[in-house]
Amino acid sequence: MSGASFNYVRATELTDALSQGQRPGAAYLAGGTDLLPLWKASLTAPQDVIDISRLPLANIARAGDRLAIGAMARLSDIAADPEVKAHHPLICDAILASASGQVRNLATVGGNLLQRTRCPYFREAGLACNKRDPGSGCGARHGENRHAVLFGGSPGCVATHPSDLAVALAALDAEIAVSSASGERELALSDLYPLPGETTAPDSSLRPGEMITAIRILGAERFAPHSTYLKIRDRASFEFAVVSVAAALRIEDGVIAEARLAAGGVAPLPWRLGRSEAAIIGRAPTEQAFVAAGELAIEGASPLEGNAFKIPLLRNAVIRALQTAGGRS
Amino acid sequence: MPSRLAIACHNRSRAFQCYGNEHQMTQSRDANLRKQRIALSMTINGTRYELEVAPTATLLDVIRDELGLTGTKKGCDMGGCGACTVLVAGRRIASCLALAASFSDADVTTIEGLGTADRLHPLQDAFIRHDALQCGYCTPGQILSGIALLAEGARSIEDIREGMSGNLCRCGAHANIVAAIAEVGGL
Repeated sequence: MSGASFNYVRATELTDALSQGQRPGAAYLAGGTDLLPLWKASLTAPQDVIDISRLPLANIARAGDRLAIGAMARLSDIAADPEVKAHHPLICDAILASASGQVRNLATVGGNLLQRTRCPYFREAGLACNKRDPGSGCGARHGENRHAVLFGGSPGCVATHPSDLAVALAALDAEIAVSSASGERELALSDLYPLPGETTAPDSSLRPGEMITAIRILGAERFAPHSTYLKIRDRASFEFAVVSVAAALRIEDGVIAEARLAAGGVAPLPWRLGRSEAAIIGRAPTEQAFVAAGELAIEGASPLEGNAFKIPLLRNAVIRALQTAGGRS
Repeated sequence: MPSRLAIACHNRSRAFQCYGNEHQMTQSRDANLRKQRIALSMTINGTRYELEVAPTATLLDVIRDELGLTGTKKGCDMGGCGACTVLVAGRRIASCLALAASFSDADVTTIEGLGTADRLHPLQDAFIRHDALQCGYCTPGQILSGIALLAEGARSIEDIREGMSGNLCRCGAHANIVAAIAEVGGL
């Protein structure tokens, strides 16, 4: 199987890559684990493939309570990094729950955040999908929608975001550094993912030619003793989440002083559970508190015909993730 | 004043003309693209190769079709089955997801680089003794993946089961595959 021809450009410097990436029809290639399957299935047909995998953007650096991960760092290298393991185990948990060993050795953190949805209507060229073909409609909304969103969907799109790592990074309030030929900007991870509209469903808020260059996490090491990533899927490994939960707590003198909760598999972006977080702060890490958080997590869920089972699943996943995180010391 | 029919014909011919131009442009673009060849050096199983590859060629295609090393298999061609697993600098990757042009100067090991019929790699030997295959199509990828997994530091049977999830065996030899890897890993 093979897609349309393209022109290959190997970028060795960031400025060169950004200038090449401005061309209409250009696509950046990092790990290739999403771009190549999309291209082979003729779901994308770039004219120029700008290979950025060798740019010197793969460092993992910890300074004080600040972790900076270069966008070209491979998932397996991040998960095996001793500093990340010791101070940000939530990130390792989420990565090791993702894909397979062969894929994690190729896939980069930048590409992981920008991977496209696994909604089967998006992945099959003949089916209606506003994300792939704006204005064509959403086949999933009234079709096979077992996998689809509970929150944040629109009449135009009910696709979930597939990244596990993004869920962990959302819980840790990560920031994303973005570069283009016209300069640099930084944005919160949550601002990377726009909600879908009536007839369009863009994957990210990046402008044409922009590239993620780094992920930064500040002041999150205090969550290391009490964090976990719980992923529920249709088979035990190498599968996308049906529902997942990243939980990170800071427990002080037997009381939850801070709480971070984000859910995956239920929204077009990592879905922060702010009401659940607020409900357990100041309380002891007890079953009662965790059940209250679980109940609040599902408030406002809008199920479709095939995915209402995700509501109790999310509730229970929140409870179990909190039990695990709260029990860790 | 032109008749409706004339206007319709005029519009149609414009449409055809536009289509014709686009078609021509697409054709010449494709003709240019087809000409692009990427020069790259690659070490495969200890032998250095100087290659010229198409921009769209995957590492899997180059290994099999350009170099004739057909021990590496094409299964799903989408990164899901692991039949195409090779080692690059000792790390396992799905070679169907790797654009060959990205892997200039890479040090690649395929199943042909592991052992010979007379001197098998210990994991090849263990696969035979444990009956860890039936049709054998997934076996090269299973063995390379298993070698890399042990090097990654698998410490338990559970680590092997989880770590081998990127290699599917549709004959269902997974239990014996896990046993073979565990034996070589001393687990």
